Amino acid sequence: MLDITDLRVAIGGRDVLGGVHLSLRQGQVHGLAGESGSGKTMTGLAVLGLLPHGARATGTIALEGRDLLGLPQKELNKVRGGEVAMVFQDPATSLHPMLTVGRQLTEHMRHHLKLGRAEARERAVELLGKVRIPGPSEAFGRYPHQFSGGMRQRIAIAIALACEPKVLIADEPTTALDVTVQAGVLRLLRGLCDDLGLAVLLVTHDLGVMSAVADQVSVMKDGLVVETGPRAEVLRAPSHPYTRSLLDSLPDAPAPLAAGLADGAAEDSQEDRRADGESA
Amino acid sequence: MTRRLPEAWRQPLAIVGGVVALAWLVIALAAPWLAPHDPLAQDLPRLAAPGPGHWFGTDQLGRDILSRVLYGARVSIPLTLMLVALSVLVGGLLGACAGYFGRWVDETIMRVADLVFAFPTVILAMVVAAALGASLTNAVLAVLVVAWPAYARVTRGLVLGVREREFVLSGRLLGFSVWRSLRVDVLPNVTGPVLVLATLDIGTALLLLSGLSFLGLGAKPPSPEWGAMVAGGVEVFDSWWVATFPGLAILTVVLAFNFLGDTLRDALDPRTARAIKERAL
Amino acid sequence: MTVSGDVSGADTPGPPPAAAQRGGRARVRRHPLARFLLRRVLIAILLAWGITLVTFVLTNLVPGDPAAANLGQRALGDPAIVAQWRQEHGLDKPLPQQYLIHLGGLLHGDLGTSQQSHRPVSQDLAETVPATLELAGAAIVVSLVLGVAFGVVAALRRDRLTDHALRVLSLIGISVPTFWLALVAFYVFFYRLQITPGSGRIDPGLTAPPPVTGLATVDSALAGQWDVFASAVGHLLTPALVLALYTIGLLTRFTRSAVLEVLGQDYVRAARAKGLPGRVILFRYVLRSALVPIITVAGLAFGSLLSGTVLVEAIFAWPGVGQYAYKSATTLDLPAVMGVGLVVGGVYLVINLIVDVLYGVIDPRVRLQ
Repeated sequence: MLDITDLRVAIGGRDVLGGVHLSLRQGQVHGLAGESGSGKTMTGLAVLGLLPHGARATGTIALEGRDLLGLPQKELNKVRGGEVAMVFQDPATSLHPMLTVGRQLTEHMRHHLKLGRAEARERAVELLGKVRIPGPSEAFGRYPHQFSGGMRQRIAIAIALACEPKVLIADEPTTALDVTVQAGVLRLLRGLCDDLGLAVLLVTHDLGVMSAVADQVSVMKDGLVVETGPRAEVLRAPSHPYTRSLLDSLPDAPAPLAAGLADGAAEDSQEDRRADGESA
Repeated sequence: MTRRLPEAWRQPLAIVGGVVALAWLVIALAAPWLAPHDPLAQDLPRLAAPGPGHWFGTDQLGRDILSRVLYGARVSIPLTLMLVALSVLVGGLLGACAGYFGRWVDETIMRVADLVFAFPTVILAMVVAAALGASLTNAVLAVLVVAWPAYARVTRGLVLGVREREFVLSGRLLGFSVWRSLRVDVLPNVTGPVLVLATLDIGTALLLLSGLSFLGLGAKPPSPEWGAMVAGGVEVFDSWWVATFPGLAILTVVLAFNFLGDTLRDALDPRTARAIKERAL
Repeated sequence: MTVSGDVSGADTPGPPPAAAQRGGRARVRRHPLARFLLRRVLIAILLAWGITLVTFVLTNLVPGDPAAANLGQRALGDPAIVAQWRQEHGLDKPLPQQYLIHLGGLLHGDLGTSQQSHRPVSQDLAETVPATLELAGAAIVVSLVLGVAFGVVAALRRDRLTDHALRVLSLIGISVPTFWLALVAFYVFFYRLQITPGSGRIDPGLTAPPPVTGLATVDSALAGQWDVFASAVGHLLTPALVLALYTIGLLTRFTRSAVLEVLGQDYVRAARAKGLPGRVILFRYVLRSALVPIITVAGLAFGSLLSGTVLVEAIFAWPGVGQYAYKSATTLDLPAVMGVGLVVGGVYLVINLIVDVLYGVIDPRVRLQ
């Protein structure tokens, strides 16, 4: 679906990515692990052309054959949101505080899919239901600050899915959330990936998160992918010393998170309701 | 070994500003030697257009405008600098006390500051100056009254930010007295942004001071103060040189310090720059 | 700057009844805004009272002796005359009593009598305030339009030539002495080039329109006197532009930094990631957020415009509050000074109120607390 070949990014003369190779497949969650500064976020941003001011990118980012790096602005804008969508780390800052949730859900829907107001609203409410926001009709008219962190991230995911993209890039989607809420969001991502056949790139520094939901895992260090393979292999029998050192630095087993996911969906809404009551 | 200016200072704006400001400081010091005539002498032909012998022309009393402009620097510039220094001192001290001691000290000081902010500056300054009587000293006092709250607000905010930081708390735990804590821990972190604000304020202070003199509430004639000179040019406005050159003097001084202050602000750490952003308009 | 007050205790919008969902939502949305407005207005009234107290105290703490400023040298020498003058003007009563009399009068719209014009201060102000408001109003409109536009352009073209040029121009704008510029503009455009009309609000040959608002432009338009309207606009042009230069510079600088700050925010990046067109992002995302600090500055800018009128009105013979304030201050005409203080403080208060209300309208976080 999405093939990144030899992606190099330089900012102000310094090489941030030195030749990244990565492939995303339909219905698969591909985890991208690494410490801060390894370039994993840059990789995600590069796909959508959202690199910072003054960055130069070379290589190929092929979406079903088309090279995204070579696309003119107008074409790229159609891809953004419409075919490739992104969820950012902190929903407190990635949602506009002065626009209603409904507005932020429908604006790109109406732009990309040319939907009318009523139609867009219907779809938006449906989406909110799909990401398990209670009372989706009322939620449509509320503002981001009226929701808890976990709910905001679900809304962000709903926004990302609004135009039925093929690829979803999630940049540290759970890092800014309470641990109690993380499992729910991850479970949602996994479920959506399976149901909708999305190709998901899950960027995170947290190997526990990785082990819970990823099918494939790539590990990055200093702007290069040092290891890539199925989750079970990479996390249990890593071939690269860096991966090994990452795993060694984990406190005991990442069991709680994985165990949390193994529990039924009932846990999910209960946690969110609790968190909602605490921090709304 | 030459010491190079830090990168941020080598902006063209800063250089132009710095050079002009320096030039005016030199003029202020050296006016008696630079001025071709006695600024108070009324011996030249009246209202003569700019030309040889009187390059800026003469006013309605036959005084050489060039000399008066040069001497005006000795009046305006030291006064303005002193005014800003006083505002920083008074405002900064009050603000620091408000931030550090809190409670009723804070409340009182901030309410008084709010009162000053409730009125537009020139109008308040004008009323104060008029009430105190027209003189340059009183004009300075009037501007002081209007200017200190801005510094108090900024200093208070900065002190509040620093007060709870760990190194201050640990100093107090080590037995530092309140004054020592203020001096050694709090103040050094506060002076930077305040200094930038002060530089940007020099221009504003000069505009306010010369504005008051223009209104007749500042310098008394025959003092060659720039604002008063512009006022003198109003009635003979067709002799354009009388008002134009003093005004240009004000403009260049204010511009120079604004260039400097602006560059200074950009060179600052963006964190502290935000603290003064609200006031350093 | 903002009207300080307690913002807690707004409605927490619980789920409305299932029926009439849309109506329910509109009710919830309108309700918090109305309560927010009410709270702000009440605080403003309180502050207005505070201003009366403050102006009274200040004008009476002033070291100058109003008798000295208003009586001739010979009259001052005779204590009987001085005493009589003081009694006439109620200055012999104890201060708190004077304040209560003053406050009582205020509530009846009586601001005392000006010692200079020997007319009620309220009448003087009724004539001069609209003139100044017209001038300041025109200046703020021009400043907002140009200043914000320039600031946005400078931010979008960051570090390019346009940005640097605008930066220098705005620095010049805030460095020019207003009173000097007024004189220069008057000389160049009226005297030399003769392209703008001279002093006053309308041409001397024309008669003033029937006073509805006191604003010559509005009144003449309302009366359909288009020649007077044109004249009024022409006379307004130069002084308004002179006044506006400083605030244009101010707003350009501030808008630029506000917009730059917003451009760096995550939600702008997220909006780009949604593939929204640039224009939508600029207006719906960037400007909406940047508007909050810009409004704050606009409020302060209006204050500086009011100040500037003192310096500019004399040169253009504009019969406004600025001139009146100056005359009253220099003659220590206490009732007039108090009247000016009240009016100016009041206008400023109203502006602050408008700013606060605008915050509530624009930013849901403020009104939905």
